[in-house]
Amino acid sequence: MKTEMSLNHFEIFELPISFDINKDTLAQRYRDIQRAVHPDKYANAPDRERRLAMQKTAQINEAFQTLKNPLTRARYLLQLQGIDENDAMMDSEFLMTQMELREELADIKQKRQPIEALNAFLNRTEKQMQSLTDKLSQQFAQQNWQAARETVSQFQFFTRLHEEALRLEEELI
Amino acid sequence: MALLQISEPGQSAAPHQHRLAAGIDLGTTNSLIATVRSGIAKTLPDIEGHHLLPSIVHYAKDAAPQVGYTAKAQANVDPLNTIASVKRLMGRGLKDVKTTGTRLPYNFIENEGQGMPMIRTIVGDRSPVQISADIINTLKQRAEETLGGELTGVVITVPAYFDDAQRQATKDAATLTGLNVLRLLNEPTAAAVAYGLDKGAEGVHAIYDLGGGTFDISILRLQRGVFEVMATAGDSALGGDDFDRAIAQWIMQQAQIADDAEHSHIRELLDVARTAKETLTTQDTAPLEIRLEDGTVWQGELSREQLNELIDPLIQKTIIPCRRTLRDAGLTSDDINEVVMVGGSTRMPRVRQKIGEFFKRTPHVDIDPDKVVAIGAAIQADILAGNKPDDDMLLLDVIPLSLGIETMGGLVEKIIPRNTTIPVARGQDFTTFKDGQTAMAIHVVQGERELVMDCRSLAHFELRSIPPMVAGAARIRVTYQVDADGLLNVAAKEETSGVHSQITVKPSYGLQDSEIERMLKESLEHAQDDVAARALREQQVEADRVINALRAAIKADGHLLLKHPEFLEINAALNDLLKVEQGDDARAIKKAIERVDEVTQEFAARRMDASIRQAMKGHRIDEFTEK
Repeated sequence: MKTEMSLNHFEIFELPISFDINKDTLAQRYRDIQRAVHPDKYANAPDRERRLAMQKTAQINEAFQTLKNPLTRARYLLQLQGIDENDAMMDSEFLMTQMELREELADIKQKRQPIEALNAFLNRTEKQMQSLTDKLSQQFAQQNWQAARETVSQFQFFTRLHEEALRLEEELI
Repeated sequence: MALLQISEPGQSAAPHQHRLAAGIDLGTTNSLIATVRSGIAKTLPDIEGHHLLPSIVHYAKDAAPQVGYTAKAQANVDPLNTIASVKRLMGRGLKDVKTTGTRLPYNFIENEGQGMPMIRTIVGDRSPVQISADIINTLKQRAEETLGGELTGVVITVPAYFDDAQRQATKDAATLTGLNVLRLLNEPTAAAVAYGLDKGAEGVHAIYDLGGGTFDISILRLQRGVFEVMATAGDSALGGDDFDRAIAQWIMQQAQIADDAEHSHIRELLDVARTAKETLTTQDTAPLEIRLEDGTVWQGELSREQLNELIDPLIQKTIIPCRRTLRDAGLTSDDINEVVMVGGSTRMPRVRQKIGEFFKRTPHVDIDPDKVVAIGAAIQADILAGNKPDDDMLLLDVIPLSLGIETMGGLVEKIIPRNTTIPVARGQDFTTFKDGQTAMAIHVVQGERELVMDCRSLAHFELRSIPPMVAGAARIRVTYQVDADGLLNVAAKEETSGVHSQITVKPSYGLQDSEIERMLKESLEHAQDDVAARALREQQVEADRVINALRAAIKADGHLLLKHPEFLEINAALNDLLKVEQGDDARAIKKAIERVDEVTQEFAARRMDASIRQAMKGHRIDEFTEK
């Protein structure tokens, strides 16, 4: 018998292994499973069962978090293919653009209207991330793993940039 | 001797005995205890009819500690032995306490080797955990006297923004009173439970909780009984106390009172400030009267405009976390369906106005903001105690602050980011820096900043006996596990060699386990209980749980999930446990429980997998019928 512990994240939620997923179905199934395994349902159970419930819930949470977010979902799909996304070579043109974007972010503080400038920057970054998501959807559909690996690396850069922009926003407000 | 009960022929005894459980709101200013009776959650009053218990403890020589109103009356008379707002000190070091702003009027003693400061009182040095335990004990007694029995378990609330050390300290305080803590529950989540169940609300809610000393904002999605926390933020050292201090400082300026006034004088000033603040909730001006040290009396007045000017910067400090939670939840204020106000400080009209402006909707204040947290905790306690087996309420909470580890150069590598749903377990691999390195120092931190020095240090420990290898060859897996109470466990393990060196730590900023045990013993001796008897009772309770759970499991799933030899083995272990369960040998019971655990391990795992399949199957039928 195949135990749930050895199921992959997609199998846990009985979803096809694919980059495109139905988020509502995922969320609904996540909640259904939580109702069955959450430690609160085992508050009066013996110690061992309580520990088991905690481990199982942690596993379900991890699977849900991974699949919910497009970047972690893409990385997980590569991992299932046995591809290490850290090996990807970055195109030097892409790296140059990233450096320019970082400089631009660093200069925002000195701008006369930094909040407006930052919002525009955030919007642009978010658009980039959306178009990378669309790209991944195509690449995974075509099983073009190598291309997807490169897109994942680019996505990672934009995610970091976006996080830094958000940190700056907290500083400015 | 109690008479034995015999049930009517043809009827079994009540299938499910109601277990006494309670929710405790351990507040900075006031604490409460609530319970569900006849299906309704209510806070319990003391014999004089007060529901609120001021979180103040007074110590006097050769007497039991006084807690609540009687202690409050001593605050100005005996300030050094009257401890208020102790929640602000929970799980904090002396340095934190000093940087939280204004000086607290107590004699602090640096605690050697440990972070938590002690307070020197007439009965000796007391830690914040012990002082909190005195408050919890008073509530426990109140509940047990009212309900006429021993509590089987409690849910204790903590600010959502409490870090691991503060949570652990709170749980330790409850453990010291001998209570079984069913769960630590975040205050805004508790409020959402009370509010959501009362109103049958659905959708996205912002819970704004400004108490006496802490501030939380949580964004929750309520959907068919599931309370899912999407994001939380706050400030565990901001609340009504700070408003009082701002007012008191203004009075000091106006009345030209020196900064180095005596403890008792500052206490008096804070009382005057608080009264004025409360008056201004309904009036436009509040009279002020202060007795000066030279015996003369200063009189003045505080207007609502002046008050607003004093507190606006503090209210503004709460807006920043509000903005951040919306960001983290991926929402804007337009997505919020309702704003709920919790905590005594949200009585202030200015707070309601400013928060209403930010979220662009009128905040709800229909449940008493002082009681709503305790009521929510009582509802959760009732469910966790097993009194409502068919209830489908489910709380999905998050950790408020990222958990990380120190890496080279004093940098923090985040292992679990803030707002991750708990329970959660996550591991990361690290390696050695030098050839032949045999030990690795692991420093566990909590916070959002990139530098270790800017984060909260939770624990230091070392993994030893790593086999010598070239730098970078060892593979050390560090695993962080956060349970449903939001408490962290850390494990480290070297995985390349056959020799596994492993260590697990529970960061305990406040107290060591041995220390808790010692204090528990002391307090029990005080209550003339017997430690051995207690240990036996604990084992009997656990044996009871194991037996009931196993019988129910076999009845439900045994025929489907157990092979005949497995069933026989389990049955034998169960019979052995039944034989010793009623005896007085705690160790024998423990051994028998362990044996049952061992032989049922596979069965338990299969059952949990089956319950997941069941949950999914139920869902597919749903989907089908919906179409």
